Amino acid sequence: MASGTLYRGREGMWSWVAHRITGVAVYLFLLVHVLDTALVRVDANLYDAVIASYKTPIVNLLEVGLVAAVLYHALNGIRVILVDFWSKGPRYQRLMLWVVMVIWFVLMVPGAFFMLRHTVEKMFGA
Amino acid sequence: MSLETFTAPRGRSKQRTNFEMLSWLFMRVSGVVLVFLVIGHLVIMNILDGGVQRINFGFVAGRWASPFWQIWDLLQLWLAIIHGTNGLRTIIADYAPSAPGRQVRFWLHTVLIVSACFVLFAGTLVIFTFDPTIG
Repeated sequence: MASGTLYRGREGMWSWVAHRITGVAVYLFLLVHVLDTALVRVDANLYDAVIASYKTPIVNLLEVGLVAAVLYHALNGIRVILVDFWSKGPRYQRLMLWVVMVIWFVLMVPGAFFMLRHTVEKMFGA
Repeated sequence: MSLETFTAPRGRSKQRTNFEMLSWLFMRVSGVVLVFLVIGHLVIMNILDGGVQRINFGFVAGRWASPFWQIWDLLQLWLAIIHGTNGLRTIIADYAPSAPGRQVRFWLHTVLIVSACFVLFAGTLVIFTFDPTIG
């Protein structure tokens, strides 16, 4: 079995790839989101009409994806800071990635539940 | 020959402000602040008290009646846009060739900076000039 390098194809590389992808996705949403919020300065009814699209089932599901991306980026960002500033950070970087994923999962389960509850109740009755 | 001959380097790099070092530091400092601001924002807007279903013009007006949320949103806007723009600058530097005659990087930088400035301007203007009575 070829073990390759310490970085390429391993946890360090994939956490970095995921950090970039989530960062770009969140940034693109941010640009759109500031502009849709700016409609509160234009017309109240127009703002309410645009915000109504945020409440539809498909966009609601996308919001869960957004929260998942932000949460990963935040937790992995803290891990990056610890690798840079904590003397034992580099030694524990791989363990810290598993901690990041466990915390992410533990927070996403109730988060997704509360975010989707209204949509699920509306679609399937409750 | 004394040891001092070897231990007193000319501090050329120290005399210059190192933009990339400041950029690296900014990403970490703004990142820590954004963890609290953005996660707080997402929990309030998407999870608490009915989540996104309760958001409308009146909800925004109620929040921005308080300077606390105005300052929160203003700080969040500026830190997130600068943090994200700097992140995209790094990604463009990694993937867009800068060889002579190739203008890809120039145009990507132009689109990035123009969009970021426009969104910062629009967002800041809205927070400062919001008028709850237009509803």
